[in-house]
Amino acid sequence: MTPRSTYQRLLGYAGWLVVILILGFLILPAAVVAIAAFNDKAILSFPPQAWSWRWFERALAYPDFRAGFQNGLIVTAWSSSIALVVGAMFAFVIDRYQFALKGIIEGILVSPLVIPHFTVGLGFLILAAQIGWSRGFTVVVVCHVILVLPFVLRSVYVSLRNLDPSYELAAASLGATPLRVLLTVTVPLLLPGLVSGWLFAAILSFNEFTASLFVTSQRTQTLPVAMYNYVREFADPSMAALSVMYIVGTAALIAFANRFLGLGKVLNIEQSH
Amino acid sequence: MTTLAATMADDAAVTFDQVTKTFGEVRALDNVSLAIPRGEFMTLLGPSGCGKTTLLKLAAGFLGPDSGAVSIDGKLVNDVPTYKREIGMMFQNYALFPHMSVAENIAYGLKTRHVPRQEIRKRVTDALALVKLAGMDDRKPKQLSGGQQQRVALARALVINPTVLLLDEPFSALDKNLRASMQIELRDIQRKLGLTTIFVTHDQSEALSLSDRMAVMSEGKIRQLGTPLEVYRRPADRFVASFVGDTNRLRGELVRVAAAEAVISLAGVHISIPAELLSGTAPSGPIDLFVRPERLRIGAAGEAGTMAAQIVAQTYHGGHVDLQIACRACSDGLLLVRSSGDQAMIHLLPGTEVGLSIDADGCVAFPLT
Repeated sequence: MTPRSTYQRLLGYAGWLVVILILGFLILPAAVVAIAAFNDKAILSFPPQAWSWRWFERALAYPDFRAGFQNGLIVTAWSSSIALVVGAMFAFVIDRYQFALKGIIEGILVSPLVIPHFTVGLGFLILAAQIGWSRGFTVVVVCHVILVLPFVLRSVYVSLRNLDPSYELAAASLGATPLRVLLTVTVPLLLPGLVSGWLFAAILSFNEFTASLFVTSQRTQTLPVAMYNYVREFADPSMAALSVMYIVGTAALIAFANRFLGLGKVLNIEQSH
Repeated sequence: MTTLAATMADDAAVTFDQVTKTFGEVRALDNVSLAIPRGEFMTLLGPSGCGKTTLLKLAAGFLGPDSGAVSIDGKLVNDVPTYKREIGMMFQNYALFPHMSVAENIAYGLKTRHVPRQEIRKRVTDALALVKLAGMDDRKPKQLSGGQQQRVALARALVINPTVLLLDEPFSALDKNLRASMQIELRDIQRKLGLTTIFVTHDQSEALSLSDRMAVMSEGKIRQLGTPLEVYRRPADRFVASFVGDTNRLRGELVRVAAAEAVISLAGVHISIPAELLSGTAPSGPIDLFVRPERLRIGAAGEAGTMAAQIVAQTYHGGHVDLQIACRACSDGLLLVRSSGDQAMIHLLPGTEVGLSIDADGCVAFPLT
């Protein structure tokens, strides 16, 4: 250890202080909401005077939330799965082939990142009205597919880039047809990337609010939309209770992914081989 | 050029006939012809970018030639995809499938050929025994050492009884001791099975010790094709002379060529070498003489027929001593002399004045152009 001057030590403490402040700032909103969720009073206040679970009960029993949760699961399952298949195919084509307009196609595929969700939602609303498309699940799913596609595409593309081509060549040298190589070597080795892409898409889709507000109807409204509608009428802690369940649910999902698939792999931090 | 390949095609396992391959502006292979007879261990040796790997990829079917013909077992395979060629390939990083066990890796090529389950089990067991890994069936590649991974890769390539075994620098990831023992083992297995093998390497000592024949390549061309002995003793050109093995380049003057002898003046000392060791047809003029370190002799200073030189440095290698020698009259740089045993460590200390001479049949001469 090299001796450190008082100045350096102070600088070290100051550094730690900054880190702690930033971390505290990051979890502050969630912490406030979590505490407010247990308030016995029917107002969103802080800090609570008396504690209760009743807002959790109300949130779980509220019909719009129950319907919104179910709708959200339907939309999420379809949109993230469709986005995974479509995104993986595009990622393959972009990684493996050289062709004219490649740059433009890539640009279009990631454009939802720069187009506001508001715009996408409004566009679909106008389009649906124009062609007489009823505001059923189809339009919501299609809208969500477009919004999450860039994330799936990116995730699969990065995994493909990191895949050593010699695995596929080795399989071919052992007599495997291109289809067999894909199914027995490429896809299994890409699995972490595919799972992480799907997981990101699912979380994004389930949380998506802005575009969903435009394309959902009373019948198809997802949980975030139902929550928004609720806040317009009531201001009790059920919202906070729902938020806590939301956070716990998502954390449980990621913990599950971590336990059974390895978080490093799922989030694509680690090399898969 | 066609004739060599065409006449040998009948008993050749792999034939390249006037093959050219370009990548953009770069000519990776320039009209290369090479026939590899059945059972031969053929090494493609050269620096990176010489085209050796491209030639191997053409045999594997990972690439197709721009022009020319690639044949395996007498059949033209230019348009045959990799998976329909009967090849076994070992990659530089082994490319073992990380999500499969050792047994599954080895069985992969048998499953693609729809070999019955019972037979697969038997052949996998036999292959593991062949590479001395019996009982390792259920391990994952990650759990194996580098040498073991390489054996699995070899077993996986061999188990399908390929027409030709392709090796892409398979030893480069191993440490020195392991490398030597793996080389012996590989060569043993290859001989036992009589398996035609194409081996790509940039390591000239590997090429010399393993090959039946070797093709020394540079800039997309085969510079010399021959046995290791031929290539080492009679390099065909300057590139081969300096790329394969250690060598010294001495400046000399060709005095005359008479019948079977060429007389060369080195710093005023005349030496005679067999005329066949001299390239070119010029009867006189400046030449470069390439001499192997073990073909330079050190004698007493001032001895008749020797050149004045001085020891600059010694490097002890146990079995032999490498001496750096300055001979200002015949070379600008330092010369390398290899002295067997270790007497040189005692008698030839740096600073010692010596007389340098050359084994007349241990050198080759190329005229300066």
